[in-house]
Amino acid sequence: MLKYTIKRFLWAILTLWAVVTITFTLMHSIPGDPFAREGTMPEAVYNNLQRYYNLDEPLIVQYGIYLKQIAMLDFGPSLKSKTISVNDYIVNGFPVSLHLGLQALLIAVTFGLILGVIASLNRNKWPDYISMVLAIIGISVPSFILATFLINYVGVEWGLLPVATWKSWSHTVLPSISLAMMPMAYIARLMRSSMLEVMGQDYVNTAKAKGISRSMVILRHAIKNAILPVVTVLGFIAANLVTGSFIIEKIFGIPGMGEMFVEGIFNRDYPVILGSTVFYAAILIFLVFVVDVAYKFIDPRIKITGEGQ
Amino acid sequence: MRKKWLGLFGLMLALMLALAGCFGGEEATNEEAANEEETTEESGEGATEEEASEGEKILRLNNSSEPGALHPGLAEGTHDSWVLNHIFEGLTKKDPEGEVQPGMAEKWETSEDGLTWTFYLKDDVKWSNGDPVTANDFQYAWLHALDPNVGSTYAYQLYYLAGGTEYNSADVENISDEELQALRDGVGVKAVDEKTLEVTLATATPYFLDLTSFYTYFPVHQATQEANDEWYTEAEGYVSNGAFKLTEWNHKQDITIMKNENYYDEGSINLDGIHFTMIEEESTTWQMYRNGELDYLYPIPQDVIGELNASDDPEFNIASDLAIYYYNFNTEKEPFNNAKVRKALSMAINREDLVEFVAQGGQTPAYAVVPSGINDVDGDFRENAGELFSQDLEEAKALLQEGLAEEGLDSMPEFVILYNTSEGHQAIATAIQEMWRKNLDVTTKLENVEFQVKLDREKAGDFEISRAGWIGDYVDPMTFLDLWVTDGPYNDANWSNSEYDALIETAKTTMDTAERMDAMHQAEQIIMNEMPVMPIYFYTRPYVAKDYVTGIYDPINKYSQFHYADLQK
Repeated sequence: MLKYTIKRFLWAILTLWAVVTITFTLMHSIPGDPFAREGTMPEAVYNNLQRYYNLDEPLIVQYGIYLKQIAMLDFGPSLKSKTISVNDYIVNGFPVSLHLGLQALLIAVTFGLILGVIASLNRNKWPDYISMVLAIIGISVPSFILATFLINYVGVEWGLLPVATWKSWSHTVLPSISLAMMPMAYIARLMRSSMLEVMGQDYVNTAKAKGISRSMVILRHAIKNAILPVVTVLGFIAANLVTGSFIIEKIFGIPGMGEMFVEGIFNRDYPVILGSTVFYAAILIFLVFVVDVAYKFIDPRIKITGEGQ
Repeated sequence: MRKKWLGLFGLMLALMLALAGCFGGEEATNEEAANEEETTEESGEGATEEEASEGEKILRLNNSSEPGALHPGLAEGTHDSWVLNHIFEGLTKKDPEGEVQPGMAEKWETSEDGLTWTFYLKDDVKWSNGDPVTANDFQYAWLHALDPNVGSTYAYQLYYLAGGTEYNSADVENISDEELQALRDGVGVKAVDEKTLEVTLATATPYFLDLTSFYTYFPVHQATQEANDEWYTEAEGYVSNGAFKLTEWNHKQDITIMKNENYYDEGSINLDGIHFTMIEEESTTWQMYRNGELDYLYPIPQDVIGELNASDDPEFNIASDLAIYYYNFNTEKEPFNNAKVRKALSMAINREDLVEFVAQGGQTPAYAVVPSGINDVDGDFRENAGELFSQDLEEAKALLQEGLAEEGLDSMPEFVILYNTSEGHQAIATAIQEMWRKNLDVTTKLENVEFQVKLDREKAGDFEISRAGWIGDYVDPMTFLDLWVTDGPYNDANWSNSEYDALIETAKTTMDTAERMDAMHQAEQIIMNEMPVMPIYFYTRPYVAKDYVTGIYDPINKYSQFHYADLQK
């Protein structure tokens, strides 16, 4: 077990190193200069800036400096902001993105499951149609359109909730709903088909034949089994929600990490691009590592290579 | 299998709970904020927390982005300067009419040759911490910005000082500390005593006084900088000398500045404070303005500007701006090396239509490169010179044929308009493409690239026509005209004309206003005859302000200023 864990850990470190190296190479190979302005700045100023940020060193030296920095968990300064370092960006931005993502996940799972169950239990009746129409809307309407709609009606016309910023819980409602709609619709459809399949199984019929009440059959037997396919995609959905909320963060003026990442790319802010990529990669690699080790813990038959399912 | 899934589910649930647990504190904070908000909402509809809880007058704006640096020497761009202009003050400041007025300095003298300026500071000027503002604070700040080890982008704004360029350009890796110190000592700024600052310029600069109200020329509190060289990154411990002081800064979220009780003219400041949010999405901020969450808004979404303009909305204002939107011709590429071809293309577009139906922001069609609003010897520089060319399709066609013939071409080859990704730039480029096709039977392609890539391509000369814009740094025709001197750093058209260069040199060095204005009029005429750049329109700054906001003033080269604003609710 210990050997397996160590081996997995070393693989994780190696993967992270590969991500850093590839991102570093790609970033420096795209055209564009972080200090380019409309017109050119005097050469001396440009040279001073290059020297200040070590960009006058050969790439290999810059790479070495960066590896050393991240080994110390220091992602360096931002080239565009002299006020916030990349570490500050992450420390301030990630909890916000995480909060938004988890709140959206909660909404998506709760309402997705409810809609899916209602639809399956009322197959080809009006609750089924309504649920599935909602699901189709959720899947086909892009989140930014929904966000604009919610801002305009719920925020401005009806004055029920604030339009933007991230100050109190009420500010989190509209962005969470906007972000949750698509995964909610997906979960609802998945849950509906899964429920329909389970409801036709022999053990459910047996339970019914034993005289167990319909609600108990649904709760104890059907939902419990039908939920498994939803659980399998939950990790993927969660990762998407936490890392993929850029457009929602932008529309609602939320100071999360998504906006920082895209701004970093537009500005050629190398440390910001590297920092956010490495940070997200580290999280994903860590989660995979945890799951791998947990698998091994749950089922010791799994071989070190990860085969033998 | 089932056991495994349950195990995985359990693991994920535990992970989620752990992550959610991280919010314990934050949720509490949010709840507190929500409670606080409920309390405040009882006492004032749509009011901010600070405002309602204490009944203070807080003006609410949007600053679009997090300032890159709230440090006079390190700042660059409007997100920094809008805040800095309210919390700092230079030797001079601008009045509502845009005229230079005494700021920290009560008076000044200049030598006959225009090289030496002596500023005398007011007696009662203080920093927000109560310390007196001294001449040394200016000397210290300017030398700090010029320090080659500091990495100040706008250091070149101080190149007007004698020795400024040399000090900032020092090859620090190959010179000794003593040599660097000698260069530093050679910079033309000296605190003669606590209240007297002597400035020596490299060459006579007639618009120097205007520059002293620019943020790179603001002072810095030396003791604060020396105690903590990151003092400017947080509100805590921040020291400034303007009408307002920085009291709260939630990075990437908002900034609050409050009236500075140590400001010498505190009695004239009506607002208790200004609250800046930092939201980039224009449609969102427009909804916040509609919803009463903002009192003033700039910029406004393009489509909204058109509607507001058409409906004569009383909250809608168009302030003039000191900026031009233009296209560069790459004068080193055939056939754009031919002035007749360039001029033909420029004369064949309808700027009135572009402004009215495409840009829709109340912009002014440009038939020259210097915008209105800059003083001439008498009157306005632009009005005195008038339009330096006109839209004339017949002449454009004739010029194009002549120009092409001179280059040995039968017809205009297809070429590309390069612009940076933006709906506004695309709309203008599409309209111009169509105008050229219709009026001159010229075929063009459009290519949009990211801003940084466009800049790279321009520097490398890898373009035929490229979109550009320029915002004046100071209120003088020179801020536009010296862009196109031979080998000038801003001359992306790569154009060269010795007569033009000589006129610019004259205008830069003479202290005789009539002579320099005359030289600049001649220079502008040359550039419009040769047309290395094609002016399209002069920018404006359309903004909205609620009817209860009074006292906004709009200096021509700055965003709206709120020093004397008030809320009459």
